[in-house]
Formats: sequence, C-alpha cells, structure tokens
Amino acid sequence: MTPLKVSIAAAIASLLLLVVVFELIRSRRLRERYALLWLLTGLVLLALSLWRGGLNTIAGWFGVTGYPPAVLFAVGSLFVILVLLHYSTVISRLSDQNTILAQRLALLEERLASSNRDET
Amino acid sequence: MAEPAPTISPEAQPAPVELPRCLAIVPAFNEEGAIAGVIDEIRAFDPRFEIVVIDDGSADRTAAIARAAGAHVIRLPFNLGIGGAVQTGFRYAWEHGFKIAVRVDGDGQHDPSQLGAILAPVLAGETDIAVGSRFVGERSYRSSRSRRLGIRILAWTVSALVRQRVTDPTSGFQALNRHGIALFAADLPHDYPEVEATVMVFRHRLRMREVPVRMRERAAGRSSIGAVASVYYMTKVLLAIFVGVFRRNVVPLEDVVEP
Repeated sequence: MTPLKVSIAAAIASLLLLVVVFELIRSRRLRERYALLWLLTGLVLLALSLWRGGLNTIAGWFGVTGYPPAVLFAVGSLFVILVLLHYSTVISRLSDQNTILAQRLALLEERLASSNRDET
Repeated sequence: MAEPAPTISPEAQPAPVELPRCLAIVPAFNEEGAIAGVIDEIRAFDPRFEIVVIDDGSADRTAAIARAAGAHVIRLPFNLGIGGAVQTGFRYAWEHGFKIAVRVDGDGQHDPSQLGAILAPVLAGETDIAVGSRFVGERSYRSSRSRRLGIRILAWTVSALVRQRVTDPTSGFQALNRHGIALFAADLPHDYPEVEATVMVFRHRLRMREVPVRMRERAAGRSSIGAVASVYYMTKVLLAIFVGVFRRNVVPLEDVVEP
C-alpha cells in the first residue's frame, strides 16, 4: 500500500500544478489551447494520489508489487513526454509559419523599394 | 431583456435609407464555390457596402474569385483560424474608420438578405452588437443532435454568466457599431471566438442583443469542425469561460484612440 505521506505529498504537488496553470491562464500568459494537457496531467495525478486503492490496483496490473507510488512517477513521466511531444509539433508549426512570414516581409520590402524607385 | 418579439419577420426588412460607412467582413477558408455568391448577395442587399474578404490561407482560388467579384481581399500568409481571420477584418474596419461592420461568413451559411434584421438595432443606437440567432422565434434550423446539445449547453452557461438570455452564442452573423469594432479589433478570442466573445462583450459593458434570423445549410465546401474537434472545442471554450470569470473586471473602452 502507498504510504500516506507519499499520497499527501503527491496530492499537494498536483494541486500546486493545477493552481499554477490556472493562474497562468487567468493572467493570459498561457493560452487555453496549450493548458489543456497540463490540466489533464494535474487532474490525473491528483486522482491517483487521492485514490490510494486505485493506485494499488493499477500497480498490480503492471506487476509493480514492491512500491505502488512508482506508478505515480510513471504516469507523471508519460504525461510530461506527451506535453513535450505536443510542444515539438507546435514549435515545428511556428517555425514553418515564421519562415513564411519572413519571406512575405522580404518580398513586400522589395516591392515597396522598387515602386519607390520607379516614382523618383 | 433584449428579447425581440418573434413576430418580427426579418426577411421583410429592406436596406436602411441612410447608411453610414459600412463594411462587410467576409472570412473565407477554401470557399471558391460559395464566395462569389456571398459577395453578390451582399451587393444585392445594399450596393453601398464595402466588402473585405479575409482569405484565411486558402489553398484554392478563393482570393482570385473574390477579387474578380470586386471585393477587397486580404490574404493571410497562413491559416489563422476563424478568430484570427475575423479579427483581421475588425482591425481593417477600425483602421479605415468604418462606423458599422457586419460579419458574413464566406461559406454562405449567413444569408445576406437577412442583414437588415441585424443592422436595424445597431443603426437605431439600441445596441452595440446585434447577433443573428437561429433559435429566437419559431425558426427551425436543422442540425445534428449533438451539435444542438452542444450549443444548448454553451447557451445555458453564457446566459447564466451574462444574466441575459442568449440562445445562439456560436452565431457569427453579427452587426457592430464603432464600440463593438474597437473591442474586437483590440481583443478577440482565438480559434472559434464567438462564445468567449459574447461573455467578453458583457464584461466590457457593451450592449448585445439577439435578433431572429434564418440561416442556410452550407452552400459548398465542408464545415471546419469534426467530431473530435467539437469535444476539444467545447472543453476549451468552457475552460476559457470558467477562467474568464476570475479575471479582473475590465473597464469600458471609452478612451480608445481613433486612428
């Protein structure tokens, strides 16, 4: 069985994550679209830390008999990997868009410069 | 409040006699089949409208067809989503000093012959923003059951928050005066903005009211929202609305600097 102290510490940590994410959205430093995965992470970790019997059962499924809280780490890491993967796709899209913007800007500047030259 | 009598027949409203400088904002994403018809219909309603088509990174001939039909066309370098596209139109309206703007989606769902209904209360100074609702009055709008349920959940949430009955918070068929244009030019939510924008409008103490309109099935092309996206959208919007409740009260946009 998971030690009670571990459950309490994990619950506090997940709550903290949820509060921080909420505050970041509220102050408009984090868009809802990118907060959803973080909120899901916080909620799942919170549920697993409070629902101690459930954590035990899940640990049993995966053959983690010695120390059930290890499942918390595993789930937490899984979500962090998901978030990172999501961010990689976001960064890829942003960098593509950035290229397009730079090209459009350069083409516009050239067009502006040559039309100014024609007038003078 | 703001509950129009369902007996009003929006079809019957002609273009107003006197019209201040008025802009029709037409967001379009891959709508080469519908865009020319929308532009023609706006002209047919009132030729005095200036029309700007915001081409949201279409891969088809939307921009060329719109230009040939005589509209101003702003081509976004890549797809921003409906929120970013529409806001481009509001910024254009703001910078060019338009007193009134209407939004008519490029997919043909918004029927320009109904513009008179949403323009009337704005021109009369009775409201800052008028929104065409499919669900006020006895008009029937055919839609999937899940979509209707989604709209109903959002309508209920928004109505409770703004303390005014809102039946169709996802409707983008709207007319705005200069105050409304100023607000949306400065700040419009992302992705599918209408629901969050409705809450925002009330928090800025602007007046908004719904007007019964008839909407059409899509003329061509496909809806941009699929099943999985709908669930994501609902979650995101409800989260945004929920967090929005905890934001500080915003002051009215009184001192906006005219361009």
